[in-house]
Amino acid sequence: MNIKELLFKPLFQDNPIALQILGICSALAVTSSLKVTLVMCLAVTVVTAFSNLFVSLVRNHAPSSIRIIVQMTIIASLVIVVDQILKAVAYETSKQLSVFVGLIITNCIVMGRAEAFAMKNKPLPSLLDGIGNGLGYSIILVILAVIRELFGSGKLLGYEILPLATEGGWYVSNGMLLLPPSAFFIIGFIIWAIRTVKIDQVEETEFKIAPNTQAKEAH
Amino acid sequence: MSNKDSIQKTFIVALLLCIVCSVIVSTAAVLLKPAQIANKSKDFKINILKAGGLYDAGVAEGKSINDMFESVSSKLVDLDTGEYSEAVDVETYDQRKASKDPALSDDLSGADDLAKISRREKYSVVYLVNDGDDVKKVILPIKGYGLWSTLYGFISLESDLTTVSGLTFYEHAETPGLGGEVDNPRWKGLWTGKKVYDDENNVGLTVIKGKVDAGTPGSEYKVDGLSGATLTSKGVDNLIKFWMGNMGYSKFLNNLKSGEA
Repeated sequence: MNIKELLFKPLFQDNPIALQILGICSALAVTSSLKVTLVMCLAVTVVTAFSNLFVSLVRNHAPSSIRIIVQMTIIASLVIVVDQILKAVAYETSKQLSVFVGLIITNCIVMGRAEAFAMKNKPLPSLLDGIGNGLGYSIILVILAVIRELFGSGKLLGYEILPLATEGGWYVSNGMLLLPPSAFFIIGFIIWAIRTVKIDQVEETEFKIAPNTQAKEAH
Repeated sequence: MSNKDSIQKTFIVALLLCIVCSVIVSTAAVLLKPAQIANKSKDFKINILKAGGLYDAGVAEGKSINDMFESVSSKLVDLDTGEYSEAVDVETYDQRKASKDPALSDDLSGADDLAKISRREKYSVVYLVNDGDDVKKVILPIKGYGLWSTLYGFISLESDLTTVSGLTFYEHAETPGLGGEVDNPRWKGLWTGKKVYDDENNVGLTVIKGKVDAGTPGSEYKVDGLSGATLTSKGVDNLIKFWMGNMGYSKFLNNLKSGEA
């Protein structure tokens, strides 16, 4: 696979959130403000990229009986380092992200790419695949955060775009967008939009709904 | 079975990996510790300044946090007598730790434990903003249980020692968007100008359900509840009642008023 394909295929064609439906929980939790989301995206991209790199480096030495533990140890260490760095350089944002940085460990994208790609490929392609998937995750999160922050609190990155009615403007904010379930709906719409354009992503139906049974005459 | 899957190899790989990872993690933790502590204490000071309403003015003048903090003096108060105390050095006193130390805190019985903090420290640090010899503002640390977490914050009072000048919470883990709205500047702004003590010197200040009708009598004792966050609002209400009451700072404030603290 060439570089371009590794980096950009996960953006729309093989998006970890929209096609593989991975990493949904953090996508719901951190997207109510764009600034926090950008930091989270950066953290996840860094972790996916480097965990892929390191897992790929040790792939020929890791005994298959403990390979998942090896991956988890690498990922967990990276996440702790990222968490420590955030606390030191971006204290405010790390306070808002609270547990979700730590929870990158359980983000299925990171582990999924380590197991599915990095265990079978050379370090450099693995690094690129990690960055690509991190970007794929980021693009969905940024879309969510822009919609949620703009229409939920009338702001983007803290700057007022739509003056709120409660503060003398004209825009009545949609409070539901600040709550996590709204991200669920937006992700649904994004998946719908992508699959309308890329029909090959539509899964085959697993079962067919039978036509309504006709009521027979009772006598 | 290939060589890399032997038991020996498995142990060696596991051991090496653990050593390498733990070295990386502990190096990061140790190297970044000073910056993290600096951030934390800066955040703490910012919150004291914000509660006292000094932060925005200071930022506008382009002062650093430490310069702004110079107008604030911290003193230790014995909560049982309500008098200043020098039992512990105020600079090194860790109030959070003290509240868990049996030697420095008292157990609270069920009825007294309004704020659900189970232990109360004997000494509390108070922050005074002085204007010459007169006390301009008093900033008091408060804490109490909300829905999920203990909320830590500050309340500041004007020189009459009953009018609220500001309120902030610097640490909590309430639901973002609902209970987490205790951080909302607009809600915090509602507290400014409210009165803590009624005519009989009881704590009158309370968080009500719904919106306060500004015209009605007693509205100066009421603050809007947070919608969708009944239990967090209740927690804030309780912690105000506790810390402003007899178990909290009321003795100290009375002493301060009569000039005997």
